[in-house]
Amino acid sequence: MFDTLKMKLYQKKQYIPDIKNAPMRSQFRGLPVLDNSNCDKCGMCKGICPTGALNINPLSIDLSKCTLCGACKNICKNNSINFSSYYKLGVDKKEKLIVTEGLDSETYHKRAIEVRKEIYSIFNRSIKFRQVSAGGCNGCEMELNAAGNANFDMGRFGIDFVASPRHADGIVITGPITKNMAYALEDCYKSTPEPRIVVLCGACALSGGVFQEANEINREFLDKYKVDLYIPGCPVHPLTFINAVLDFIRKK
Amino acid sequence: MDYYIMKNNQRINLLDIPTVDFGVLRAQLAATNLRPVSFFGSDWGQNIKLFVVLADDEKGDLLVSSALVDKNVKEYESIAKDNHQYHMFEREFYEQFNIKPLAHPWLKPVRKNQDNYEFFEMEGEETHQVAVGPIHAGVIEPGHFRFMCQGEKVYNLEIMLGYQHRGVEDLMVKKPSNQLAESICGDSVIAYNMAYSQVMEELCGMEITLRAKLIRRIALEMERVAIHIGDLGAILGDIAYLMGKEVYGVTRTLVINTMLEISGSRFGRGLITVGGVNFDINNELSKKIVDTLDGVKNTVEKMTKVTLKSSTVMSRLEKTGNVSKEVAEELNLVGMIGRSCGINLDSRFDFCDEFYKDFERKSFKATNDAYSRFKIRYKEIIESILFIKKFLKKLQDCETEKLCVEKKDLIPNSFALSIVEGWRGELVHVATTDGEGRLSRYKIKDPSFNNWYGLSMAVRNNGISDFPLCNKGFDLSYCGFDL
Ligand code: SF4
Ligand code: SF4
Repeated sequence: MFDTLKMKLYQKKQYIPDIKNAPMRSQFRGLPVLDNSNCDKCGMCKGICPTGALNINPLSIDLSKCTLCGACKNICKNNSINFSSYYKLGVDKKEKLIVTEGLDSETYHKRAIEVRKEIYSIFNRSIKFRQVSAGGCNGCEMELNAAGNANFDMGRFGIDFVASPRHADGIVITGPITKNMAYALEDCYKSTPEPRIVVLCGACALSGGVFQEANEINREFLDKYKVDLYIPGCPVHPLTFINAVLDFIRKK
Repeated sequence: MDYYIMKNNQRINLLDIPTVDFGVLRAQLAATNLRPVSFFGSDWGQNIKLFVVLADDEKGDLLVSSALVDKNVKEYESIAKDNHQYHMFEREFYEQFNIKPLAHPWLKPVRKNQDNYEFFEMEGEETHQVAVGPIHAGVIEPGHFRFMCQGEKVYNLEIMLGYQHRGVEDLMVKKPSNQLAESICGDSVIAYNMAYSQVMEELCGMEITLRAKLIRRIALEMERVAIHIGDLGAILGDIAYLMGKEVYGVTRTLVINTMLEISGSRFGRGLITVGGVNFDINNELSKKIVDTLDGVKNTVEKMTKVTLKSSTVMSRLEKTGNVSKEVAEELNLVGMIGRSCGINLDSRFDFCDEFYKDFERKSFKATNDAYSRFKIRYKEIIESILFIKKFLKKLQDCETEKLCVEKKDLIPNSFALSIVEGWRGELVHVATTDGEGRLSRYKIKDPSFNNWYGLSMAVRNNGISDFPLCNKGFDLSYCGFDL
């Protein structure tokens, strides 16, 4: 008992007080920064990109496919591709994930998630999710778990993962959606009470990511149902996830 | 016996691998006491070629053999019937090539056809089934567990996987990349990417620099430290010792954030590439890593001491989920779980990795239960931190070396193999090239492929409420198994 208390004192406070402005290490690869001016259109970056996220002429990166692996930056001789450590990358429409030259973090974030009045009035700042891993590699799953740990502690904002879809306001999907999980995913979705928020987490869920051309995936679910939030990353950083959800349920 | 003897991380000519009659190979495998590390079919013109790799752990040798199976052959006498270590391999071979092992004791689907899966059933008073999954209560990967219980007691647990099956092996042939390798099993990013890169480097005949090799091993050990600490927390979370869960949880954060400082990703994504590594560790960063790890070690030691003094914790851990050494050997359990059952396998040492040969291989007193699985992690965390520090010191001797060497083309008709001791255990990647120098087959065996069955054995005769504790202790991979 006393040992446990001593341990607690030794640990001190661990949580990040201001989650919206939490500092991020500069090495983190977040929002891409593109510069066409010295790009000589050699196409090396496009050639090395494993997911087809990158286009040249002019340079653009589709964050629904991008794994933020940094390979394009490493291969570019002209320093045309860089990554800032900006992590608030979640958006409500897929088109908003295309990053082009001159898109700074402020502009990106301002248009990222529109306020929907009914969301606040229904959820009143608290939202519970059922997480479904449908071929996720356990990278995104570990980061979503981390979002609830003592550092990030999303529970204090009323965001939680619950065990049953019946208790959930929506589902968070990770992974490219395998054929073998397609049925269970839809079943889970249907078991969630309306209005059934759908959140996609990670490059795999957003576009298939590195598994776009795999034989055993089936993404029909996404043709059938509406998605409310797209959160890019590979894996999604806990701060990216929490901030996207907070923006989504905020009040005007 | 007819084998080609090779070493870990080596390329050999496909034509050098002896091809024996299928029946002869079968008889050899059923009789030998060397354990299989790889067993897979490959399309061979009209026919199918079956490759087998056995490990001689004492000598550090790998024995490769093969058999050409005529396309008209549709069945053969099962090996698993005589040697249980082949049980999963044969099921997989059957699923992929439709050649049926006759008299196989447990011939069930591996990754496909879950609708046709026939569960083991029993009847009687107080007998009931509990079905869990594919979607579980927590944020974890999907899988289905079917418990046959008598009252509270588990008589048998059957594990049906395959929900994560994405078709990785085919995709690796079609479109191989470091990023894909990292995403096969995202809790073992470094191990998978290292195995993939090593196989590709062998297939191309590339020799990478000492510096790159060291940085890879530093990352591999960091991955082990981070996941093991996280798992200690998760185990305690499952027995509601929340103090431990949170303290280990935030301590793990320190390690993965250090990984972020090295590579820009908390799990080391983007660090390793075919030909070397993408990021350096300079002296300043090296010092920072040492400082962080010292702090981490301190906290882990303190917390573990407090935890193991708590009688409520000990009463849950001790004698829960026992797997005897005999059973573990019969099933060929590997890696950390194998070691927690008293099997002293560790591919870092067994296959003579030059970087580990100076380290003392400390023995572990296995008690085969949940406590053993807790303690082995603690031991390995402390050990790995020591390894990392030694590697960091060695880095200073090769400061001027390049991080990455020039890429080369794949050499035709090759067979290459790489075994990496990830935090779960031995991860085996094998690849072959065809006559034109294109990848023709890519085979992966995650340690979980061996160990899932061990979990079934662990929960036998335990209360069903101890399942989460056993499951966390094993912490096996769904996607590494399902591929
Ligand atoms: S960082 Fe994104 S755009 Fe660049 S190579 Fe990787 S996946 Fe492609
Ligand atoms: S997006 Fe990346 S981390 Fe997330 S599930 Fe896919 S491969 Fe894993």
